[in-house]
Amino acid sequence: MRQWNLLGAWSLFLREVRRFLKVKMQTIMTPALTAMLYLVIFRYAMGDRHVPGMNVDYFTFLVPGLAMMAMLQNAFANTSSSMIMGKVMGMHIYLLMAPLSAFEVVVAFLAGAVVRAVVVATVFLLVLMPFVDLSMPHPGIVLLYGICASIIMGGLGLIGGMWARDFDQVAMVTNFVILPLTFLSGVFYSVKQLPEFWQVINHANPFFYLTDGFRYGFLGVGDTDPYASVGVVLVTVVVTVIACWQLWRSGWHMKE
Amino acid sequence: MNAFEINGLSKVYENGNRALNDVSLTVPKGSFYALLGPNGAGKSTMINILADTVRPSSGTVSLLGHDLFNERNWCKRRMGVVPQEIAFDPFFTPREVLRFTSGLFGCKPDEAWLDELLDRLELTVHAGKKARQLSGGMRRRLLVAQALVHRPELVILDEPTAGVDVELRRKLWDFMRELNDAGTTILLTTHYLDEAEELCDHVAIIDHGALLTAQPMRALMRDIASSYLWLNYGQAVTLTDADHDALAGLEPRSSDEGVCLKLGRSENGDSTFHQTYQAAVARFGPPLDAGVRSEDLEDVFLRLTRRAGGDDAAAECKS
Repeated sequence: MRQWNLLGAWSLFLREVRRFLKVKMQTIMTPALTAMLYLVIFRYAMGDRHVPGMNVDYFTFLVPGLAMMAMLQNAFANTSSSMIMGKVMGMHIYLLMAPLSAFEVVVAFLAGAVVRAVVVATVFLLVLMPFVDLSMPHPGIVLLYGICASIIMGGLGLIGGMWARDFDQVAMVTNFVILPLTFLSGVFYSVKQLPEFWQVINHANPFFYLTDGFRYGFLGVGDTDPYASVGVVLVTVVVTVIACWQLWRSGWHMKE
Repeated sequence: MNAFEINGLSKVYENGNRALNDVSLTVPKGSFYALLGPNGAGKSTMINILADTVRPSSGTVSLLGHDLFNERNWCKRRMGVVPQEIAFDPFFTPREVLRFTSGLFGCKPDEAWLDELLDRLELTVHAGKKARQLSGGMRRRLLVAQALVHRPELVILDEPTAGVDVELRRKLWDFMRELNDAGTTILLTTHYLDEAEELCDHVAIIDHGALLTAQPMRALMRDIASSYLWLNYGQAVTLTDADHDALAGLEPRSSDEGVCLKLGRSENGDSTFHQTYQAAVARFGPPLDAGVRSEDLEDVFLRLTRRAGGDDAAAECKS
Protein backbone atom coordinates (compact mmCIF):
# COMPACT_ATOMS: atom_id res chain seq x y z
CA MET A 1 0.00 0.00 0.00
CA ARG A 2 1.19 3.51 -0.84
CA GLN A 3 2.71 5.18 2.20
CA TRP A 4 2.93 8.95 2.03
CA ASN A 5 5.75 10.79 3.72
CA LEU A 6 4.16 14.20 4.16
CA LEU A 7 6.53 15.13 6.97
CA GLY A 8 9.45 14.32 4.68
CA ALA A 9 8.06 16.51 1.89
CA TRP A 10 7.34 19.30 4.39
CA SER A 11 10.90 19.07 5.73
CA LEU A 12 12.32 19.33 2.24
CA PHE A 13 10.10 22.31 1.49
CA LEU A 14 11.22 24.02 4.72
CA ARG A 15 14.85 23.37 3.86
CA GLU A 16 14.36 24.94 0.45
CA VAL A 17 12.79 28.03 1.98
CA ARG A 18 15.34 28.32 4.79
CA ARG A 19 18.16 27.86 2.31
CA PHE A 20 17.29 30.99 0.39
CA LEU A 21 16.38 32.90 3.54
CA LYS A 22 19.87 32.19 4.93
CA VAL A 23 21.31 34.30 2.11
CA LYS A 24 18.51 36.82 1.75
CA MET A 25 20.76 39.63 0.56
CA GLN A 26 21.65 37.51 -2.43
CA THR A 27 18.30 35.83 -3.04
CA ILE A 28 15.75 38.53 -2.16
CA MET A 29 17.31 41.96 -1.89
CA THR A 30 19.59 41.70 -4.94
CA PRO A 31 16.87 40.66 -7.43
CA ALA A 32 14.53 43.35 -6.04
CA LEU A 33 17.28 45.96 -6.32
CA THR A 34 18.17 44.87 -9.87
CA ALA A 35 14.55 45.17 -10.94
CA MET A 36 14.35 48.62 -9.37
CA LEU A 37 17.48 49.73 -11.22
CA TYR A 38 15.91 48.65 -14.51
CA LEU A 39 12.88 50.65 -13.55
CA VAL A 40 14.79 53.82 -12.73
CA ILE A 41 16.80 53.60 -15.94
CA PHE A 42 13.77 53.06 -18.16
CA ARG A 43 11.80 55.67 -16.24
CA TYR A 44 14.33 58.37 -17.11
CA ALA A 45 14.98 57.04 -20.60
CA MET A 46 11.29 56.90 -21.56
CA GLY A 47 10.01 59.90 -19.56
CA ASP A 48 6.21 60.18 -19.31
CA ARG A 49 5.58 58.43 -22.59
CA HIS A 50 2.55 56.15 -22.83
CA VAL A 51 2.61 52.64 -24.24
CA PRO A 52 1.04 52.68 -27.73
CA GLY A 53 -2.42 51.11 -27.79
CA MET A 54 -2.70 51.05 -24.01
CA ASN A 55 -3.96 53.78 -21.74
CA VAL A 56 -1.03 53.42 -19.37
CA ASP A 57 2.29 55.20 -18.92
CA TYR A 58 5.51 53.33 -19.54
CA PHE A 59 6.61 53.37 -15.89
CA THR A 60 3.42 51.72 -14.69
CA PHE A 61 3.57 49.28 -17.61
CA LEU A 62 7.06 48.16 -16.61
CA VAL A 63 6.36 47.42 -12.94
CA PRO A 64 4.33 44.18 -13.28
CA GLY A 65 6.60 42.99 -16.10
CA LEU A 66 9.70 43.43 -13.98
CA ALA A 67 8.00 41.77 -11.02
CA MET A 68 7.18 38.80 -13.24
CA MET A 69 10.71 38.69 -14.65
CA ALA A 70 12.10 38.60 -11.10
CA MET A 71 9.67 35.77 -10.26
CA LEU A 72 10.64 33.75 -13.33
CA GLN A 73 14.35 34.10 -12.76
CA ASN A 74 14.22 33.46 -9.02
CA ALA A 75 11.95 30.44 -9.26
CA PHE A 76 14.41 28.95 -11.75
CA ALA A 77 17.42 29.92 -9.63
CA ASN A 78 15.96 28.39 -6.47
CA THR A 79 15.54 24.87 -7.78
CA SER A 80 18.50 24.83 -10.18
CA SER A 81 20.97 26.14 -7.60
CA SER A 82 19.68 23.78 -4.92
CA MET A 83 20.01 20.79 -7.24
CA ILE A 84 23.43 21.59 -8.61
CA MET A 85 24.81 22.54 -5.22
CA GLY A 86 23.44 19.27 -3.86
CA LYS A 87 25.15 17.35 -6.65
CA VAL A 88 28.45 19.17 -6.36
CA MET A 89 28.56 18.95 -2.55
CA GLY A 90 27.21 15.40 -2.56
CA MET A 91 24.09 16.26 -0.52
CA HIS A 92 21.74 15.02 -3.22
CA ILE A 93 22.27 11.46 -1.99
CA TYR A 94 20.19 12.30 1.08
CA LEU A 95 17.24 12.97 -1.19
CA LEU A 96 17.85 9.70 -3.02
CA MET A 97 18.24 7.75 0.23
CA ALA A 98 15.18 9.31 1.89
CA PRO A 99 11.85 7.48 1.83
CA LEU A 100 10.27 10.11 -0.40
CA SER A 101 8.32 9.48 -3.57
CA ALA A 102 9.28 11.37 -6.73
CA PHE A 103 6.01 13.29 -6.49
CA GLU A 104 6.76 14.41 -2.92
CA VAL A 105 10.25 15.57 -3.88
CA VAL A 106 8.97 17.53 -6.89
CA VAL A 107 6.12 19.17 -4.97
CA ALA A 108 8.48 20.22 -2.16
CA PHE A 109 11.01 21.73 -4.59
CA LEU A 110 8.36 23.54 -6.60
CA ALA A 111 6.67 24.89 -3.48
CA GLY A 112 10.03 26.28 -2.36
CA ALA A 113 10.48 27.94 -5.75
CA VAL A 114 7.00 29.50 -5.57
CA VAL A 115 7.70 30.92 -2.11
CA ARG A 116 10.96 32.51 -3.21
CA ALA A 117 9.39 33.98 -6.36
CA VAL A 118 6.46 35.39 -4.39
CA VAL A 119 8.73 36.86 -1.68
CA VAL A 120 11.00 38.55 -4.24
CA ALA A 121 8.05 40.01 -6.19
CA THR A 122 6.33 41.14 -2.99
CA VAL A 123 9.43 42.95 -1.74
CA PHE A 124 9.83 44.61 -5.13
CA LEU A 125 6.21 45.71 -5.28
CA LEU A 126 6.12 46.92 -1.67
CA VAL A 127 9.11 49.18 -2.28
CA LEU A 128 7.46 50.65 -5.39
CA MET A 129 3.99 51.07 -3.95
CA PRO A 130 4.48 54.75 -3.00
CA PHE A 131 5.60 55.60 -6.55
CA VAL A 132 3.13 53.80 -8.76
CA ASP A 133 -0.61 53.28 -8.90
CA LEU A 134 -1.21 49.54 -9.17
CA SER A 135 -4.94 49.16 -8.78
CA MET A 136 -4.82 45.39 -9.45
CA PRO A 137 -8.34 44.97 -10.86
CA HIS A 138 -7.90 41.21 -11.28
CA PRO A 139 -6.08 39.83 -8.21
CA GLY A 140 -7.13 36.28 -9.05
CA ILE A 141 -5.36 36.55 -12.42
CA VAL A 142 -2.26 37.97 -10.70
CA LEU A 143 -2.22 35.07 -8.29
CA LEU A 144 -2.93 32.43 -10.93
CA TYR A 145 -0.28 33.66 -13.37
CA GLY A 146 2.27 34.36 -10.64
CA ILE A 147 2.00 30.90 -9.13
CA CYS A 148 1.82 29.11 -12.49
CA ALA A 149 4.89 30.99 -13.74
CA SER A 150 6.80 30.07 -10.57
CA ILE A 151 5.85 26.41 -10.89
CA ILE A 152 6.89 26.28 -14.56
CA MET A 153 10.20 28.00 -13.91
CA GLY A 154 10.82 26.04 -10.71
CA GLY A 155 10.23 22.88 -12.74
CA LEU A 156 12.60 23.99 -15.51
CA GLY A 157 15.18 24.82 -12.84
CA LEU A 158 14.77 21.37 -11.34
CA ILE A 159 15.25 19.71 -14.73
CA GLY A 160 18.20 21.98 -15.51
CA GLY A 161 19.78 21.22 -12.15
CA MET A 162 19.27 17.48 -12.63
CA TRP A 163 20.78 17.64 -16.11
CA ALA A 164 23.81 19.79 -15.22
CA ARG A 165 27.07 18.26 -14.04
CA ASP A 166 28.51 21.50 -12.66
CA PHE A 167 27.74 25.16 -11.99
CA ASP A 168 28.95 26.13 -15.46
CA GLN A 169 26.26 24.06 -17.15
CA VAL A 170 23.57 25.62 -14.97
CA ALA A 171 24.93 29.06 -15.85
CA MET A 172 24.77 28.07 -19.50
CA VAL A 173 21.06 27.22 -19.26
CA THR A 174 20.39 30.39 -17.27
CA ASN A 175 22.24 32.72 -19.63
CA PHE A 176 21.45 31.15 -22.99
CA VAL A 177 17.89 29.93 -22.43
CA ILE A 178 16.17 31.48 -19.46
CA LEU A 179 17.53 35.02 -19.66
CA PRO A 180 16.74 35.56 -23.38
CA LEU A 181 13.27 34.07 -23.01
CA THR A 182 12.45 36.28 -20.02
CA PHE A 183 13.88 39.42 -21.63
CA LEU A 184 11.94 38.69 -24.82
CA SER A 185 8.67 37.98 -23.05
CA GLY A 186 7.31 41.50 -23.30
CA VAL A 187 8.66 42.75 -20.00
CA PHE A 188 9.95 45.99 -21.54
CA TYR A 189 7.55 46.45 -24.45
CA SER A 190 4.12 45.73 -25.80
CA VAL A 191 4.28 43.25 -28.68
CA LYS A 192 1.98 45.56 -30.61
CA GLN A 193 4.99 47.88 -30.93
CA LEU A 194 6.92 45.18 -32.80
CA PRO A 195 7.03 44.33 -36.52
CA GLU A 196 4.74 41.46 -37.45
CA PHE A 197 7.58 38.91 -37.68
CA TRP A 198 8.71 39.62 -34.13
CA GLN A 199 5.13 39.53 -32.92
CA VAL A 200 4.91 35.95 -34.21
CA ILE A 201 8.20 35.10 -32.51
CA ASN A 202 6.96 36.59 -29.23
CA HIS A 203 3.73 34.64 -29.41
CA ALA A 204 5.78 31.45 -29.67
CA ASN A 205 7.53 32.31 -26.40
CA PRO A 206 5.57 30.72 -23.52
CA PHE A 207 6.95 33.30 -21.09
CA PHE A 208 5.20 36.03 -23.06
CA TYR A 209 1.77 34.71 -21.98
CA LEU A 210 2.91 34.56 -18.37
CA THR A 211 4.17 38.15 -18.37
CA ASP A 212 1.21 39.49 -20.32
CA GLY A 213 -1.38 37.73 -18.16
CA PHE A 214 0.34 38.85 -14.97
CA ARG A 215 0.39 42.45 -16.23
CA TYR A 216 -3.29 42.24 -17.18
CA GLY A 217 -4.08 41.30 -13.60
CA PHE A 218 -2.36 44.46 -12.35
CA LEU A 219 -3.38 46.96 -15.03
CA GLY A 220 -6.46 45.55 -16.74
CA VAL A 221 -4.73 45.85 -20.13
CA GLY A 222 -2.56 43.48 -22.10
CA ASP A 223 -1.59 42.19 -25.52
CA THR A 224 -3.63 39.00 -25.30
CA ASP A 225 -6.80 37.82 -23.61
CA PRO A 226 -5.51 36.32 -20.32
CA TYR A 227 -8.58 34.13 -19.97
CA ALA A 228 -7.86 32.60 -23.37
CA SER A 229 -4.22 32.02 -22.37
CA VAL A 230 -5.07 30.28 -19.09
CA GLY A 231 -5.43 26.96 -20.86
CA VAL A 232 -1.95 27.23 -22.40
CA VAL A 233 -0.48 28.17 -19.04
CA LEU A 234 -2.20 25.38 -17.13
CA VAL A 235 -1.22 22.79 -19.72
CA THR A 236 2.38 24.00 -19.47
CA VAL A 237 2.22 23.65 -15.68
CA VAL A 238 0.91 20.10 -15.91
CA VAL A 239 3.47 19.10 -18.56
CA THR A 240 6.31 20.60 -16.51
CA VAL A 241 5.26 18.87 -13.29
CA ILE A 242 4.81 15.52 -15.03
CA ALA A 243 8.21 15.89 -16.72
CA CYS A 244 9.89 16.63 -13.37
CA TRP A 245 8.08 13.77 -11.69
CA GLN A 246 9.00 11.21 -14.36
CA LEU A 247 12.59 12.37 -14.63
CA TRP A 248 13.12 12.24 -10.87
CA ARG A 249 11.44 8.85 -10.72
CA SER A 250 13.73 7.50 -13.40
CA GLY A 251 16.82 8.83 -11.61
CA TRP A 252 17.79 10.77 -14.77
CA HIS A 253 21.30 12.17 -14.31
CA MET A 254 20.99 11.49 -10.58
CA LYS A 255 21.63 7.78 -10.25
CA GLU A 256 24.33 5.85 -12.07
CA MET B 1 15.30 -13.54 9.76
CA ASN B 2 18.10 -11.99 7.75
CA ALA B 3 18.75 -8.28 7.54
CA PHE B 4 19.85 -8.52 3.91
CA GLU B 5 19.56 -11.30 1.40
CA ILE B 6 21.44 -10.33 -1.73
CA ASN B 7 21.08 -12.64 -4.71
CA GLY B 8 22.97 -12.45 -7.99
CA LEU B 9 23.67 -8.74 -7.70
CA SER B 10 25.55 -7.34 -10.69
CA LYS B 11 26.40 -3.84 -11.82
CA VAL B 12 27.90 -2.86 -15.14
CA TYR B 13 28.47 0.89 -15.52
CA GLU B 14 27.86 2.72 -18.78
CA ASN B 15 31.58 2.72 -19.51
CA GLY B 16 31.54 -1.08 -19.44
CA ASN B 17 33.18 -1.41 -16.03
CA ARG B 18 31.74 -4.45 -14.29
CA ALA B 19 31.79 -3.35 -10.65
CA LEU B 20 29.78 -6.26 -9.25
CA ASN B 21 29.54 -9.70 -10.71
CA ASP B 22 26.75 -11.98 -9.54
CA VAL B 23 27.28 -11.38 -5.83
CA SER B 24 25.11 -13.26 -3.36
CA LEU B 25 25.39 -12.50 0.32
CA THR B 26 23.32 -12.97 3.44
CA VAL B 27 23.66 -10.58 6.37
CA PRO B 28 22.04 -12.03 9.51
CA LYS B 29 19.84 -9.72 11.54
CA GLY B 30 21.67 -8.33 14.54
CA SER B 31 25.11 -9.05 13.11
CA PHE B 32 28.09 -6.72 12.94
CA TYR B 33 29.14 -7.50 9.40
CA ALA B 34 32.40 -6.47 7.75
CA LEU B 35 32.39 -6.04 4.00
CA LEU B 36 36.02 -5.91 2.99
CA GLY B 37 37.89 -5.54 -0.25
CA PRO B 38 40.69 -3.55 -1.85
CA ASN B 39 39.99 -0.18 -3.44
CA GLY B 40 37.73 -0.59 -6.46
CA ALA B 41 36.58 -4.05 -5.36
CA GLY B 42 32.89 -3.12 -5.60
CA LYS B 43 32.08 -2.48 -1.92
CA SER B 44 30.80 1.04 -2.41
CA THR B 45 28.86 0.04 -5.51
CA MET B 46 27.08 -2.60 -3.45
CA ILE B 47 26.36 -0.11 -0.68
CA ASN B 48 25.19 2.52 -3.14
CA ILE B 49 22.79 0.01 -4.67
CA LEU B 50 21.41 -0.74 -1.20
CA ALA B 51 21.13 3.01 -0.55
CA ASP B 52 19.35 3.59 -3.89
CA THR B 53 21.93 5.95 -5.31
CA VAL B 54 23.08 3.44 -7.95
CA ARG B 55 20.83 1.19 -10.03
CA PRO B 56 21.73 -2.51 -10.24
CA SER B 57 22.09 -4.21 -13.61
CA SER B 58 20.57 -7.41 -12.25
CA GLY B 59 19.88 -9.25 -9.03
CA THR B 60 17.53 -9.04 -6.11
CA VAL B 61 17.87 -7.75 -2.56
CA SER B 62 15.54 -8.43 0.30
CA LEU B 63 15.70 -6.36 3.45
CA LEU B 64 14.05 -7.87 6.54
CA GLY B 65 11.99 -10.00 4.15
CA HIS B 66 10.88 -7.07 1.97
CA ASP B 67 11.90 -6.60 -1.65
CA LEU B 68 14.29 -3.64 -1.64
CA PHE B 69 13.54 -2.61 -5.21
CA ASN B 70 9.76 -2.88 -5.01
CA GLU B 71 9.24 -1.64 -1.46
CA ARG B 72 11.89 1.04 -1.52
CA ASN B 73 10.42 3.49 0.96
CA TRP B 74 9.51 0.83 3.51
CA CYS B 75 13.10 -0.35 3.37
CA LYS B 76 14.61 3.15 3.40
CA ARG B 77 12.83 4.00 6.64
CA ARG B 78 14.65 1.12 8.30
CA MET B 79 18.08 1.85 6.90
CA GLY B 80 20.69 4.46 7.75
CA VAL B 81 23.68 4.92 5.46
CA VAL B 82 26.95 6.72 6.06
CA PRO B 83 28.30 7.49 2.60
CA GLN B 84 31.98 7.24 1.83
CA GLU B 85 32.21 10.74 0.38
CA ILE B 86 31.82 13.62 2.80
CA ALA B 87 28.64 15.50 1.93
CA PHE B 88 27.58 18.57 3.84
CA ASP B 89 25.15 21.41 3.47
CA PRO B 90 27.12 24.63 3.98
CA PHE B 91 24.02 26.64 4.86
CA PHE B 92 23.06 24.76 7.98
CA THR B 93 24.38 23.88 11.40
CA PRO B 94 24.75 20.24 12.52
CA ARG B 95 21.62 20.52 14.66
CA GLU B 96 19.62 21.93 11.74
CA VAL B 97 20.97 19.22 9.45
CA LEU B 98 19.92 16.52 11.91
CA ARG B 99 16.43 17.98 12.30
CA PHE B 100 16.07 18.16 8.54
CA THR B 101 17.33 14.61 7.99
CA SER B 102 15.01 13.35 10.70
CA GLY B 103 12.09 15.02 8.92
CA LEU B 104 13.10 13.57 5.55
CA PHE B 105 12.76 10.11 7.05
CA GLY B 106 9.29 10.98 8.32
CA CYS B 107 10.29 11.36 11.98
CA LYS B 108 9.52 14.37 14.12
CA PRO B 109 12.83 15.59 15.51
CA ASP B 110 13.47 13.91 18.86
CA GLU B 111 15.61 16.56 20.57
CA ALA B 112 16.75 14.20 23.34
CA TRP B 113 18.02 11.73 20.73
CA LEU B 114 19.65 14.53 18.74
CA ASP B 115 21.41 15.68 21.90
CA GLU B 116 22.60 12.15 22.57
CA LEU B 117 23.88 11.74 19.01
CA LEU B 118 25.71 15.05 19.16
CA ASP B 119 27.17 14.10 22.52
CA ARG B 120 28.25 10.58 21.54
CA LEU B 121 29.85 11.86 18.36
CA GLU B 122 31.54 14.76 20.17
CA LEU B 123 29.69 17.39 18.19
CA THR B 124 27.79 19.13 20.98
CA VAL B 125 30.08 22.17 21.12
CA HIS B 126 29.94 22.44 17.33
CA ALA B 127 26.17 22.01 17.04
CA GLY B 128 25.60 25.70 16.36
CA LYS B 129 28.39 26.19 13.81
CA LYS B 130 27.82 26.22 10.08
CA ALA B 131 28.78 22.86 8.52
CA ARG B 132 31.44 24.55 6.40
CA GLN B 133 33.23 25.58 9.62
CA LEU B 134 33.64 21.95 10.71
CA SER B 135 36.81 19.95 10.16
CA GLY B 136 36.84 16.86 7.93
CA GLY B 137 36.60 14.52 10.91
CA MET B 138 33.67 16.48 12.36
CA ARG B 139 31.84 16.40 9.04
CA ARG B 140 32.31 12.65 8.87
CA ARG B 141 30.91 12.26 12.37
CA LEU B 142 27.97 14.41 11.33
CA LEU B 143 27.32 11.93 8.51
CA VAL B 144 27.22 9.16 11.11
CA ALA B 145 24.73 11.16 13.18
CA GLN B 146 22.59 11.73 10.09
CA ALA B 147 22.52 7.99 9.41
CA LEU B 148 21.32 7.30 12.95
CA VAL B 149 18.88 10.14 13.40
CA HIS B 150 15.79 8.08 12.49
CA ARG B 151 16.87 5.13 14.65
CA PRO B 152 17.31 2.65 11.79
CA GLU B 153 17.29 -1.10 12.31
CA LEU B 154 20.17 -1.43 9.83
CA VAL B 155 23.15 0.85 9.65
CA ILE B 156 25.53 0.81 6.71
CA LEU B 157 28.88 2.44 7.34
CA ASP B 158 31.05 3.03 4.29
CA GLU B 159 34.48 3.81 5.72
CA PRO B 160 33.11 5.94 8.56
CA THR B 161 36.40 6.48 10.34
CA ALA B 162 38.54 7.77 7.47
CA GLY B 163 40.11 10.99 8.76
CA VAL B 164 38.84 10.48 12.31
CA ASP B 165 41.50 10.48 15.03
CA VAL B 166 42.22 7.39 17.13
CA GLU B 167 40.43 8.45 20.29
CA LEU B 168 37.25 9.49 18.50
CA ARG B 169 37.40 6.33 16.43
CA ARG B 170 37.41 4.28 19.63
CA LYS B 171 34.41 6.21 20.93
CA LEU B 172 32.58 5.77 17.65
CA TRP B 173 33.17 2.01 17.74
CA ASP B 174 32.01 1.85 21.36
CA PHE B 175 28.81 3.57 20.28
CA MET B 176 28.36 1.21 17.32
CA ARG B 177 28.94 -1.78 19.57
CA GLU B 178 26.24 -0.53 21.93
CA LEU B 179 23.82 -0.11 19.04
CA ASN B 180 24.68 -3.59 17.81
CA ASP B 181 24.17 -5.03 21.30
CA ALA B 182 20.76 -3.38 21.32
CA GLY B 183 19.83 -5.23 18.12
CA THR B 184 20.89 -2.92 15.30
CA THR B 185 22.45 -4.71 12.35
CA ILE B 186 25.62 -3.03 11.18
CA LEU B 187 27.27 -3.48 7.80
CA LEU B 188 30.72 -1.94 7.78
CA THR B 189 33.34 -1.33 5.16
CA THR B 190 36.72 -0.18 6.37
CA HIS B 191 40.38 -0.38 5.50
CA TYR B 192 41.26 -0.69 9.20
CA LEU B 193 41.22 -4.48 9.23
CA ASP B 194 42.27 -4.76 12.85
CA GLU B 195 39.16 -2.85 13.81
CA ALA B 196 36.99 -5.02 11.58
CA GLU B 197 38.46 -8.15 13.19
CA GLU B 198 37.85 -6.80 16.65
CA LEU B 199 34.32 -5.52 16.03
CA CYS B 200 32.67 -7.77 13.51
CA ASP B 201 31.18 -11.21 13.97
CA HIS B 202 30.80 -11.85 10.23
CA VAL B 203 32.97 -10.98 7.28
CA ALA B 204 32.69 -10.96 3.51
CA ILE B 205 35.62 -10.24 1.22
CA ILE B 206 35.07 -9.11 -2.33
CA ASP B 207 37.52 -8.29 -5.08
CA HIS B 208 37.09 -7.40 -8.73
CA GLY B 209 33.33 -7.37 -8.13
CA ALA B 210 33.21 -11.02 -7.04
CA LEU B 211 32.62 -12.48 -3.61
CA LEU B 212 35.70 -14.37 -2.38
CA THR B 213 34.36 -15.52 0.94
CA ALA B 214 31.53 -14.79 3.36
CA GLN B 215 31.35 -16.46 6.75
CA PRO B 216 31.44 -15.86 10.47
CA MET B 217 34.68 -14.16 11.49
CA ARG B 218 35.64 -16.99 13.84
CA ALA B 219 35.15 -19.63 11.15
CA LEU B 220 37.20 -17.64 8.65
CA MET B 221 40.08 -17.25 11.06
CA ARG B 222 39.90 -20.91 12.10
CA ASP B 223 39.66 -22.30 8.56
CA ILE B 224 41.81 -19.94 6.56
CA ALA B 225 44.21 -18.18 8.91
CA SER B 226 47.45 -20.10 9.45
CA SER B 227 49.88 -20.13 12.37
CA TYR B 228 53.64 -20.29 12.08
CA LEU B 229 56.33 -21.50 14.42
CA TRP B 230 59.45 -19.43 14.14
CA LEU B 231 62.74 -20.56 15.53
CA ASN B 232 65.60 -18.19 16.17
CA TYR B 233 69.10 -19.56 15.56
CA GLY B 234 70.82 -16.19 15.55
CA GLN B 235 71.52 -16.46 11.83
CA ALA B 236 69.81 -17.45 8.59
CA VAL B 237 69.41 -21.17 8.07
CA THR B 238 70.14 -22.50 4.61
CA LEU B 239 67.54 -25.09 3.79
CA THR B 240 68.71 -28.10 1.80
CA ASP B 241 66.62 -30.45 -0.31
CA ALA B 242 66.95 -32.96 2.50
CA ASP B 243 65.48 -30.38 4.93
CA HIS B 244 62.58 -29.79 2.60
CA ASP B 245 61.98 -33.53 2.25
CA ALA B 246 62.19 -34.11 5.98
CA LEU B 247 59.88 -31.22 6.81
CA ALA B 248 57.46 -31.68 3.91
CA GLY B 249 54.03 -30.37 4.85
CA LEU B 250 55.48 -27.81 7.26
CA GLU B 251 56.39 -25.43 4.43
CA PRO B 252 59.84 -24.61 5.86
CA ARG B 253 61.17 -21.19 5.01
CA SER B 254 64.40 -19.53 5.88
CA SER B 255 64.26 -16.18 7.61
CA ASP B 256 67.01 -13.70 8.58
CA GLU B 257 67.51 -15.24 11.98
CA GLY B 258 66.44 -18.82 11.56
CA VAL B 259 63.63 -20.83 10.15
CA CYS B 260 59.85 -20.69 10.02
CA LEU B 261 57.44 -23.63 9.88
CA LYS B 262 53.73 -23.77 9.30
CA LEU B 263 51.59 -25.15 12.09
CA GLY B 264 48.60 -27.25 11.33
CA ARG B 265 45.94 -29.22 13.15
CA SER B 266 45.83 -32.93 13.80
CA GLU B 267 42.82 -35.05 12.94
CA ASN B 268 41.28 -34.44 16.36
CA GLY B 269 41.69 -30.67 15.92
CA ASP B 270 44.68 -30.16 18.22
CA SER B 271 47.57 -27.93 17.22
CA THR B 272 50.62 -29.66 15.74
CA PHE B 273 52.90 -27.33 17.70
CA HIS B 274 54.60 -30.08 19.70
CA GLN B 275 55.36 -32.33 16.71
CA THR B 276 56.54 -29.40 14.63
CA TYR B 277 58.85 -28.13 17.35
CA GLN B 278 60.30 -31.62 17.87
CA ALA B 279 60.86 -32.03 14.13
CA ALA B 280 62.66 -28.68 13.94
CA VAL B 281 64.88 -29.45 16.92
CA ALA B 282 65.69 -32.86 15.44
CA ARG B 283 66.71 -31.20 12.18
CA PHE B 284 68.42 -27.95 13.28
CA GLY B 285 69.08 -28.41 16.99
CA PRO B 286 67.62 -26.42 19.90
CA PRO B 287 66.89 -22.77 18.95
CA LEU B 288 67.96 -19.69 20.90
CA ASP B 289 64.37 -18.54 20.97
CA ALA B 290 61.04 -19.63 19.51
CA GLY B 291 57.50 -18.37 19.15
CA VAL B 292 54.18 -18.74 17.40
CA ARG B 293 52.65 -16.14 15.16
CA SER B 294 49.06 -16.49 13.99
CA GLU B 295 47.83 -14.78 10.88
CA ASP B 296 45.37 -11.98 11.50
CA LEU B 297 42.54 -10.77 9.31
CA GLU B 298 44.94 -8.58 7.35
CA ASP B 299 47.04 -11.61 6.40
CA VAL B 300 43.97 -13.59 5.39
CA PHE B 301 42.64 -10.63 3.45
CA LEU B 302 45.93 -10.18 1.58
CA ARG B 303 46.22 -13.87 0.86
CA LEU B 304 42.67 -14.09 -0.52
CA THR B 305 42.83 -10.90 -2.54
CA ARG B 306 46.30 -11.67 -3.95
CA ARG B 307 45.05 -15.06 -5.02
CA ALA B 308 42.07 -13.42 -6.69
CA GLY B 309 44.51 -11.12 -8.45
CA GLY B 310 46.60 -14.07 -9.68
CA ASP B 311 49.40 -13.95 -7.07
CA ASP B 312 49.37 -17.07 -4.97
CA ALA B 313 52.10 -15.95 -2.63
CA ALA B 314 51.66 -17.07 0.94
CA ALA B 315 51.57 -14.56 3.75
CA GLU B 316 54.94 -13.34 4.87
CA CYS B 317 56.48 -15.27 7.71
CA LYS B 318 57.44 -12.65 10.25
CA SER B 319 58.78 -13.11 13.72
